[in-house]
Amino acid sequence: MRSIIRFPRPVSIYAHAAAVGGAEAEGPLGALFDYHDPTDRFGADTWEKSEESLSRTVLNLALVRAGESQDGIDLLFSGDLQNQCVASSAGCGSMGVPYVGLYGACSTCGEGLLLAALALNASRETSRAAVVTTSHNAAAERQFRLPLEYGGQRTPTSQWTATAGGAFLLARADESDVAPTSARITAGLVGRVLDSGVRDGANMGAAMAPAAADTLLRFFSAADETPADYDRIVTGDLGTEGSALLLELLRENGLDLAGRHRDCGVLLFDPLKADVHAGGSGCGCSASVLSALFLPALERGEIRRMLFIATGALMSPSNLMQGGTILGIAPLVVLESGVIGGDK
Amino acid sequence: MNFDRRRYLDRVKERESRSPLAKNCFFAFLFGGGICAFGQLLLSLYLSAGLAEREAGTLVTVSLIFLSAVLTGIGVFDSIARIAGAGTLVPVTGFANAVVSPAVDCKSEGLVMGVGAKIFAVAGPVLLYATLSGALYGVILWVVGLFL
Repeated sequence: MRSIIRFPRPVSIYAHAAAVGGAEAEGPLGALFDYHDPTDRFGADTWEKSEESLSRTVLNLALVRAGESQDGIDLLFSGDLQNQCVASSAGCGSMGVPYVGLYGACSTCGEGLLLAALALNASRETSRAAVVTTSHNAAAERQFRLPLEYGGQRTPTSQWTATAGGAFLLARADESDVAPTSARITAGLVGRVLDSGVRDGANMGAAMAPAAADTLLRFFSAADETPADYDRIVTGDLGTEGSALLLELLRENGLDLAGRHRDCGVLLFDPLKADVHAGGSGCGCSASVLSALFLPALERGEIRRMLFIATGALMSPSNLMQGGTILGIAPLVVLESGVIGGDK
Repeated sequence: MNFDRRRYLDRVKERESRSPLAKNCFFAFLFGGGICAFGQLLLSLYLSAGLAEREAGTLVTVSLIFLSAVLTGIGVFDSIARIAGAGTLVPVTGFANAVVSPAVDCKSEGLVMGVGAKIFAVAGPVLLYATLSGALYGVILWVVGLFL
């Protein structure tokens, strides 16, 4: 699909929640998260199971906020970074809700929101959908990189997989029981897989920046709009390195984001305190920051319209060892404030 | 999008933040030197306890490996290594950490398929090729010895 998907019936994010680990809670957004566990364990004895528990915890938090039970959810889209997406299937996926497992690396949150909005527009019988994405630093390090206790120095371009999760409950905005102030998804654009040629697993920002640039350029050329039509243009986890590259690539192609750009990976941690180098990353990074920071701003009407571009580095360690590159992907959703949107 | 992969990769290389070389070298020197000085101290200690020089030397290596393993096990080694870099990596301490850290990590998958199968995940290449080259040089030495 090459063009923008405009939803005939906008979809409201009527409840959402974010849960994080210790380092994330100590970051600049710490006070905004609904729940944190300073031990990163979430009550489980292995890191992989901790992420399963995080996945269930964050969906339960969103359900509590909505005053609903999981029985009301018709469709659940969920993903994480573990092999076979097991943190999702054994986590929130095991709560008895019809479940679709997703893999978009760190872009999964955008992918899920887009698919949930599509499902709610496509099927009258589907009235409630949920999107849950998580990542866990220890589980991801074990799977993709080196043992946790291995003593090595990380390069300045490397990013830190966030221990974080976000859950979003969605329904069609025109349904009577949906709060009109909820943020709305009005449109979306599916990303294209872009091969940046980057092979360095410690510079994921560089691997994802071209995909994000491609999505934004496609969006603005098809939408016949300019960045000035949006208060914020938020990328998932490009980090400092990838953000700088994105802005350069866009400028070369005649697009200036003029101070509207923010990156969840940069926002999540305090670069001076945490040993995170270029910033946070992971499926839970953009999801938790979207839920804790940007959705409340949309609900209060402080942000009128924003673009959310989740960024994913589709990295496979064996593919890299066989000479492959890190492919990038960046799905986009248009989010609008319900506070203003109602007047339009 | 106007995107030239080669130009992009050049730009990525050009603008990426570099590791702070001078700072890393300084700390590597400090910690590496400190470990060696500590080794020397142990050697003197073992010698004064009456051990022969060869045994005392071996015991120093064993002691450093033991300490690295303990520090890895209690989760301190990686915090030191983050600052020390090559200072803890190059001496035998780095090798001990490379063996113990996967063992600690994989105990959640059990003693056979976890610790047993993955203990050499990091140090494996060094062990394999060191053993192989040792055997190879042994053969060369033997062949040369035949003609001398």
